Amino acid sequence: MKLFDYQRADTPEQAAASAVAPGTRFIAGGTNLLDLMKLQVETPERLVDVSRLELAKIETREDGGVTIGAMVPNSDLAADPHVIRNYPVLSRALLAGATGQLRNKATTGGNLLQRTRCYYFYDVATPCNKREPGSGCSAIGGVNRILAILGTSDQCIATHPSDMAVAMRALDATIVTVKADGDRRRIPMAEFHRLPGDRPHIDTILEQGELITHVELPSPPPGGRHAYRKVRDRASYAFALVSVAAVIEVEDGRIAKAALAFGGLAHKPWRDPEVEHILIGQTPGKALFEAAADALVRDARGFGHNDFKIPLARRTLIATLQDLTGGR
Amino acid sequence: MRFTINGRLHEVEPDIRTSLLDLCREHLGLTGPKKGCDHGQCGACTILVNGRRVNSCLSLAVMHQEDEIVTIEGLGEPGSLHPMQQAFLHHDGYQCGYCTPGQICSAVGMLDEIAKGWPSHASTDLEQVSLDDAEISERMSGNLCRCAAYPNIVDAIREVAGADARTGSDVGA
Ligand SMILES: Cc1cc2nc3c(=O)[nH]c(=O)nc-3n(C[C@H](O)[C@H](O)[C@H](O)COP(=O)(O)OP(=O)(O)OC[C@H]3O[C@@H](n4cnc5c(N)ncnc54)[C@H](O)[C@@H]3O)c2cc1C
Ligand code: SF4
Ligand code: FES
Ligand code: FES
Repeated sequence: MKLFDYQRADTPEQAAASAVAPGTRFIAGGTNLLDLMKLQVETPERLVDVSRLELAKIETREDGGVTIGAMVPNSDLAADPHVIRNYPVLSRALLAGATGQLRNKATTGGNLLQRTRCYYFYDVATPCNKREPGSGCSAIGGVNRILAILGTSDQCIATHPSDMAVAMRALDATIVTVKADGDRRRIPMAEFHRLPGDRPHIDTILEQGELITHVELPSPPPGGRHAYRKVRDRASYAFALVSVAAVIEVEDGRIAKAALAFGGLAHKPWRDPEVEHILIGQTPGKALFEAAADALVRDARGFGHNDFKIPLARRTLIATLQDLTGGR
Repeated sequence: MRFTINGRLHEVEPDIRTSLLDLCREHLGLTGPKKGCDHGQCGACTILVNGRRVNSCLSLAVMHQEDEIVTIEGLGEPGSLHPMQQAFLHHDGYQCGYCTPGQICSAVGMLDEIAKGWPSHASTDLEQVSLDDAEISERMSGNLCRCAAYPNIVDAIREVAGADARTGSDVGA
């Protein structure tokens, strides 16, 4: 690990201001950053410790929504009674990720900003545009079983590994930040993570020194049925090959609302308005689900080892819709 | 830097890069927590920080100066073993023993999580948590055992939990 300066922040504003210099990184739970620093994939010159900031509360707002502090551990968020009752898709997604020990340290902000699990990103001996811009992408034409099939570029085919973020995308969460100059902004989850394009080294739209302070969930849809379905190589403690976060409302035998977000498929939690549009207003059934699944993978492209994700994504979506609606 | 470990105050000046795991093992002679992978993947380094189980290999020591840290040595000693240590002995919950300190600390933290009503991926009802073998396996999946002593580890934990946890024989990580 490279040597770094360490400093603890007392307030969010101070944390943001002191992280304005390039080479400075926040550290919260440390479960992703320290891992990458040990491998010298990340080599920050300065760490600003934000773990003691008073941002560890989950608050219910007057409109029924919740505001989650960026330092709330993943364990506490998954077990929060209000979250369990009104946003079970979020509890389920969190509980499907990592392990008890890791969830105790991992924070809400850090989870959103965890970096890809692409093998080559972790292996500093190989070219990787995300780790070293311009060096090339070893995964295209290399081993790419776990990588993306949607929204890829010829520079990078990495996926975003978070389960929690997929549920937050389905729930239309908003990320609240404070910037180095003290300005605050609210970023819809849809815009927070980027596609790789020709700048795959940039994962999100956050600026240098911009600190996540909260995540807001809108008031829960009444009567929504929630599910998080994660397909992985073993039953526990593995990243998603494909996952679906679904919130569906059925009224008078028809699908009234559908929010569907996908993990394991792209550089960001994936959501496709057309898939939801096909479902809304219709009677649940196999043919309908097949049509939605076809729309989901219409532009999908496999890179060899990950070709299997295309039929897997289809089947996972269909099975989730069957579970939630009873439609056959 | 000042640390409170197993109820004792320690003053040391380790390199800023030192993990809690290396602090315990290399600076304080507490070699109970083991280094299996150093990357959060095996659980051999599990300790309790403010009563919560965490991977000490992914914890920067300097960030934990105000915390109450407990390692396997602090749970119990020969002659006055913690019930979980006693149960691992009784059920042969190990073979080589390398993963055992992490397993035991993790199990102690895990039972506390159950007592708080925290659900897991194995819970059918998120609001009503019960402890069966499937729950124990899922909740302990962050602790790998290369010797595959899993069945006996589950037996030991079940005994301490006092749970009638015979359903779901799917034991493993
Ligand atoms: C073995 C293993 C298995 C795992 N399995 C899964 C899994 O199945 N599913 C899953 O979703 N995750 C999994 N994870 C990843 C885990 O969820 C993340 O490591 C964790 O959520 C990161 O949170 P943290 O607080 O520890 O982040 P840190 O490591 O502290 O930080 C991560 C990044 O976020 C930045 N950051 C942190 N907080 C803020 C903030 N408030 N504002 C701005 N920037 C910030 C940091 O600068 C850093 O770049 C796994 C991890 C390991 C080690
Ligand atoms: S897919 Fe992205 S992260 Fe993986 S090697 Fe290519 S550029 Fe690097
Ligand atoms: S040594 Fe910490 S998890 Fe393996
Ligand atoms: S007893 Fe040998 S690794 Fe578990």
